Amino acid sequence: MHDFKYARPASLAAAATLVKKGGADPVFLAGGQTLIPALKMRLRKPSTVIDLAAIKGLDGIAEKKGKGKDKGLTVVVGALTTHAAVAGSKLVKARIPALAALAEGIGDPQVRHRGTLGGSIANADPAADYPAAVIALHAEVVTNKRSISGDAFFKGFFETALKPGEIVTAVNFRVPDKAAYMKFAQPASRFALVGVLVAKFGAEVRVAVTGAGASVFRVPDMEKALAKSFSAAALDGIKVSPKDLNSDIHAAADYRAHLIGVLAKRAVEACG
Amino acid sequence: MTHQPNPTGIGAALKRKEDPRFLRGKGRYTDDINLPGQSYAYFLRSAYAHARIKKIDTRAAKKARGVVAVYTSADTAKLGGLPCGWLIHSKDGSPMKEGKHPVLAEGKVRHVGDPVAVIIAETLAQARDAAELVEIDFAELPAVVDMAKAQNKGAAAVHDVAPDNVCYDWELGDKAAVDAAFATAAHVTRLELTNNRLAANPIEPRAAIGDYSSATGEHTLYTTSQNPHVIRLLMGAFVLQIPEHKIRVIAPDVGGGFGSKIYHYAEEALVTWAAAQLERPVKWTSDRSEAFLSDAQGRDHKTVVELALDKDGKFLALRESTLANMGAYLSTFASVIPTWLHGTLLAGQYTTPAIYCNVKAIYTSTVAVDAYRGAGRPEATFLLERVIDLAALETGRDPVELRRLNFIQPHQFPYQTPVALVYDSGNYQATMDQALKAADYAGFEKRRQAAKARGKLRGIGVASYIEACGIAPSNVAGALGARAGLYEAATVRVNPTGSVSVMTGSHSHGQGHETTFAQVVSDKLGIAFDQVEIVHGDTAKIPFGMGTYGSRSIAVGGSAIVKAMDKIIAKGKKIAAHMLEAAEGDMTFENGAFKVAGTDRQKSFGEVAFSAYVPHKYPLDTVEPGLEETAFYDPKNFTFPAGTYICEVEIDPDTGAVEIVAFHAADDFGNIINPMIVEGQVHGGLAQGIGQALFEHCVYDDAGQLVSGSFMDYCMPRADNLPSFNVATSVTVCTHNPLGVKGCGEAGAIGSPPAVINAIVNALKDYGVTHIEMPATPQKIWRAIRSAKKK
Repeated sequence: MHDFKYARPASLAAAATLVKKGGADPVFLAGGQTLIPALKMRLRKPSTVIDLAAIKGLDGIAEKKGKGKDKGLTVVVGALTTHAAVAGSKLVKARIPALAALAEGIGDPQVRHRGTLGGSIANADPAADYPAAVIALHAEVVTNKRSISGDAFFKGFFETALKPGEIVTAVNFRVPDKAAYMKFAQPASRFALVGVLVAKFGAEVRVAVTGAGASVFRVPDMEKALAKSFSAAALDGIKVSPKDLNSDIHAAADYRAHLIGVLAKRAVEACG
Repeated sequence: MTHQPNPTGIGAALKRKEDPRFLRGKGRYTDDINLPGQSYAYFLRSAYAHARIKKIDTRAAKKARGVVAVYTSADTAKLGGLPCGWLIHSKDGSPMKEGKHPVLAEGKVRHVGDPVAVIIAETLAQARDAAELVEIDFAELPAVVDMAKAQNKGAAAVHDVAPDNVCYDWELGDKAAVDAAFATAAHVTRLELTNNRLAANPIEPRAAIGDYSSATGEHTLYTTSQNPHVIRLLMGAFVLQIPEHKIRVIAPDVGGGFGSKIYHYAEEALVTWAAAQLERPVKWTSDRSEAFLSDAQGRDHKTVVELALDKDGKFLALRESTLANMGAYLSTFASVIPTWLHGTLLAGQYTTPAIYCNVKAIYTSTVAVDAYRGAGRPEATFLLERVIDLAALETGRDPVELRRLNFIQPHQFPYQTPVALVYDSGNYQATMDQALKAADYAGFEKRRQAAKARGKLRGIGVASYIEACGIAPSNVAGALGARAGLYEAATVRVNPTGSVSVMTGSHSHGQGHETTFAQVVSDKLGIAFDQVEIVHGDTAKIPFGMGTYGSRSIAVGGSAIVKAMDKIIAKGKKIAAHMLEAAEGDMTFENGAFKVAGTDRQKSFGEVAFSAYVPHKYPLDTVEPGLEETAFYDPKNFTFPAGTYICEVEIDPDTGAVEIVAFHAADDFGNIINPMIVEGQVHGGLAQGIGQALFEHCVYDDAGQLVSGSFMDYCMPRADNLPSFNVATSVTVCTHNPLGVKGCGEAGAIGSPPAVINAIVNALKDYGVTHIEMPATPQKIWRAIRSAKKK
């Protein structure tokens, strides 16, 4: 890897200062599951690597009641919570089993024990699993500066609403009535070739798709049909256009479009 | 000789001697070795598939921090090219076209990853930093990727010596007889298929350390090789022009090879040469990305195969036409893989009377292609077992019955095929029956219906393979173009107190030779297993041997050990006869003791050994002291393992995803030394064969970039992709080697791809699918189902 400076601040404030003083291209290190390989392959040449691991209070899982007009329960997952911790959390399994199952399906045991929720969504890999949960579960992304609606968080291919120096501190997932995540894994990387998370909140249904496009997206036709009748049959005949979907050596756009339909139905069935 | 059961002898499922050190991290691999004063080499490789090098400026790199040296072809052009070990002649009699394979690219680069310069520095990081300062002015040339288009007029030429990119145009068999048989056939089945290109991906990437002593003038190369003596010969004689007695090649523990570590690579020659220039050790270790761009890859055939049958289903003739990708340079054994290790296997287990094979080898702007586990034989088995299944489908026959009808029968051995080989032994019906019974073939229809009720398409596929191991004999191979011998050597050194050191030319890099060879010695000499040490991998310690490839180690290397032990026993009888005051002719050797026949007078093996080294009461006037013998064994013939594999799959018709729900292997490997190790070899071979059938693929784009150049895109088979294998063996003994063994290393990778694809095609039979190309990805299967639905 190229030479870089390494810093391990003990607080968010110290991290923010380091960003300002960290040279031309400072970068945050969470679980390092994307950054470290990129450094080793010399694909990134940061001026300073700011390791967030020593900052207290950025991991852990809790639940809280909603405020104001929204009285719903949310599950709050700290940004540095590992995928393994989410997958194994009794609270997540009880409140949003689909989220625990999603985390259990990320990477391999090594990745799940190092990789973090905050690192994953800040990186915004189009084939990552968590973005589907952020969108379908009405999440709110909390940073050291503000709170961002999940719907406004992902801006495109490896692109988010985060400003330079902004650090994700937690993600609040709204607890659905029911939800299920179905993933068709890219065989080599085991990232999502297509992943579909279907969640039902009263009369509202959300269908979020990851892996298929430049960034996670919703399928309004499916959401409308499922809001009318929450059954796999309600999705019959609803086609997703392959236009703008990803094509690569593993799957062409039309195959991905087809898989969205199959996985959405299976997710609805899995919701029971 | 009468034999008491030996708990550590032939046939015992002993745990491997080598595993305690591997499992505890005590193995010593090339990258574990660090020499005093060591420097680090980084190879700057071409990012272009085909480009002229206009100018290289290394001035800034040479001045960079920590840099010891920067070399380009300006420094290495006087070195020889990396040689190819087998000369193939085209059907018109002309020799194959061999372009020079320089250590560093001379004038132009021919594939992505072609080394252009090497930067040697105090640390690897400094070498890599300095590499970014090397300025190369490339003029890009059109890449040659597609083998058919490569031959077109106007296509760019990879080598000037082969303007149409054809390295050779080879044929085997009686074309006229085949054409005549096709003309009278009741049915002809034709199939176009691709044998997908693979990367071997051993868990340990390649590495090399060069060292030089100016005191002795001796060069030492530590390298990840399957055959250190072959590397010493090729590097010394052809590339560096250093006499062999001044080169020592050490291949210590090696973490898998699968063929990719047979060859002599540029990095080995470069670090050896540079270490002498700099008078300090030079170390290079490949990373995985580099391995994808610089290790020789495997397979990559485009084939048309036709099978002619009579009205009863008897095979009349087989015709094959193949384009075989050589990549940009001829790797060490590249030329022989699609020819003598491929065309000769086309009879398979069958009595097909006439066979013709035409193979055109094509240069492309891709990394070299050479042997990969199976090497030519998986390609032959795949096309044969696929075209037979298709013929069964087209003529409404059961694929098992069609095979049975055409099997060579047990009484027909030795069997002369129309493609040069003489099979010594086999019983194809027996392995077929064993597999059918294990798989409950008769009960398959019930399982298909049950799967259908669950919404799954279930299919069953059978493949019967033959393999030819231990390529031999040397004189025949020489007449066919081999530029090396094909024997193996062993020295058996009996130490004064009766323990035994065996120096073998075979090399173990996962095969477990330290265990199996010790079992052979324990069995033959009647001494304890732990009294036997197997020494391999160091040219300063072992006799000149050819190493390990082509499932040859036990059949050829093991036989050399047996021959050396025969000499030990013969000498031991002379010594024992003197000790016992008996006639040499009355001496027998059994269960570790030299006995006077018909008496209870005997001397133990240890007593005789001690006498040989402390020759006080010893026949010094007729027998030399010491007890050490060397033997070279040159096989009379190949060995011919064979078997039948049965695969069952279930396909999800909505997604095209395939699950292998059962896999049964029935193999005949001849006599078996260690059944546990054999089973492990079959498991590994099956995993790689299933990897080829379902997952693995080196995909190049039109510009010659390897798109699947990392494990993010190149899909290795993983445990959760594989079923629990059901493996069994039966035995027909090899008739021409002293152990009666045939070899088991490659069988799994040879027999499994057609079994898997036959099962998939069978599962899709209601859709009229006749073939699926490898790897049979979910997308391909989904497309096949969808296009059938549209019809």
